[in-house]
Amino acid sequence: MRAIVLVAGAVFRESVRDRVPYSMVVFAVLLMAASYLISQLTAGQDLKIIKDLGLASIAIFGLLIAVFIGIGLVSKEVERKSVYGLLTKPVTRSQFILGKYAGLVLTLAINIAAMVVAYYAVLYYMDVTASAATRAGWPAPAMDPRLLLATLLIFAELAVITAVALFFSTFTSPLLAILLTLGLWIAGQFNADLRNFENVIDAPAAIWVAKVLYYVLPNLAPFNIKAEVVHGFPVSMRHVGLTLLYAAVYAGMLLVAAAAIFRRRDFK
Amino acid sequence: MTVTRIVPANLSLYTAIAALMAVSISLQVVRDRGWQPYTPPDGVMWIRSGEVARRLALGFDNLAADVYWMRAVVYFGGQRISSEGKTFAQLFPLLDLVTSLDPHFNVAYRFGAIFLAEPHPGGAGRPDLAIELLKKGVANNPTRWEYVLDIGFIHYFSMQDYTLAADWFNRARAIKGAPEWLGPLAATTLAEGGSRESSRKLWTELRNSNADVDWLRAQADRRLKQLDAMDQIDQLNVVTRRFVERTGRAPLHWGEVATMERWRALPTDPSGMLYGLDQETGRVSLSEGSPLWPLPQGAAARQRP
Repeated sequence: MRAIVLVAGAVFRESVRDRVPYSMVVFAVLLMAASYLISQLTAGQDLKIIKDLGLASIAIFGLLIAVFIGIGLVSKEVERKSVYGLLTKPVTRSQFILGKYAGLVLTLAINIAAMVVAYYAVLYYMDVTASAATRAGWPAPAMDPRLLLATLLIFAELAVITAVALFFSTFTSPLLAILLTLGLWIAGQFNADLRNFENVIDAPAAIWVAKVLYYVLPNLAPFNIKAEVVHGFPVSMRHVGLTLLYAAVYAGMLLVAAAAIFRRRDFK
Repeated sequence: MTVTRIVPANLSLYTAIAALMAVSISLQVVRDRGWQPYTPPDGVMWIRSGEVARRLALGFDNLAADVYWMRAVVYFGGQRISSEGKTFAQLFPLLDLVTSLDPHFNVAYRFGAIFLAEPHPGGAGRPDLAIELLKKGVANNPTRWEYVLDIGFIHYFSMQDYTLAADWFNRARAIKGAPEWLGPLAATTLAEGGSRESSRKLWTELRNSNADVDWLRAQADRRLKQLDAMDQIDQLNVVTRRFVERTGRAPLHWGEVATMERWRALPTDPSGMLYGLDQETGRVSLSEGSPLWPLPQGAAARQRP
């Protein structure tokens, strides 16, 4: 466990030194500030659009951090041959993978937390500058704490994507790993279509394959509760709990697979 | 021994950057004087299918809906202020796309209800499309009594079908959470549909129940001012008829009427524009330059018998 914590700490320190996440966070903050200007074009829908834009910024920039840094975690070590030195230390390859993952998830959490603070600052400004009549017309309050629920599920989705990126980076080139991870992220958005494949075609074998793919590929659509939260619709805690559990199990499975591949990998 | 690297001064490079930027801006200014990018007369909508747009949005449906909503607002505003070729042809496809991407985008349905039904040149003059959009809203949000009320509104003002309007008002009333005033509204519509007084009641209720939506309130205010203008025109027509009876001719200008009636000011509509005066007949009308022009025909134009 100590070895995992040490590797995670090293990854976190490396990420802090790396300027990429910072620039993304700054960009996200600027985007959210710009959303105030955009809102002038919205004919009374400024709060909705700021909420949408803020959540989308967190999700998109979080995805970029997860993919581009996640891919580099293992491949950079291999390219720089620093992995040789690391593996001579009392750290097993499985611990190395788990530590790398934990470090990146921690980096993601810090980045998302920074974006959430900026997001709520913009919403607070909206709240205090709005008239009572405007506030009465909002379907949900500006400082709605349920936005944190949407952010939590975005974070859980990114944790799964980080695991996917790490998994691919253990056995392919960085470019291919990026393409495969983004491909799986896109497939994950449409996964629900595979479940109802029998409504589209009438071929039992294809329907069976689609069903298998539905359960095997990451199902990312349930992580998206942005619309419900922004419109002030109820979100069942059961759904949130099960989705978080699914994220933990699916990411765990990918980490085990990544460790299994990495353990057998021959570094020459 | 410590070796200190001498950092070269970049002042000349910074000056060069500033100079090149200044030249770049100057070139753009000169170029733009003689060249404008081609813009098609009614724009191009590459994606019209809500289903395709939803798939392309990759889970960011709400954000895509916001983008199309802003495009609809800018398109509508642009068409409205343009001096010629106001078609509003893309208003319905844009709003349809917005509401497919975000079926709960409340204001998009209501915006469509008002401005698709609004007669030309203030709107698209397509009450049928406004009703289609609102019915989609009702299907997606069965508890939203406002959409049902808006359908009644369109039947009332745009189609002058008071029986159907009253029927939709009653349907709105049956939805949980609907306000009490919908019941009397349906009854009044059936009894005296189309009268100016019932129109005034309708717009006043709409205004009061949407105090938070600026453009909806502004539209209701405009309609109420139009109704006031119609009342004033009726009164002014009485005065000009009296002028014709006394002098045997129509007044040539408002000054003559003002002198005879001992007015201190010339008559203006609620927006502050002078009323038009027909020198042949003495009939009073709203000036075409008034922001209240054109006045509604049919329904609200009729006075209570």
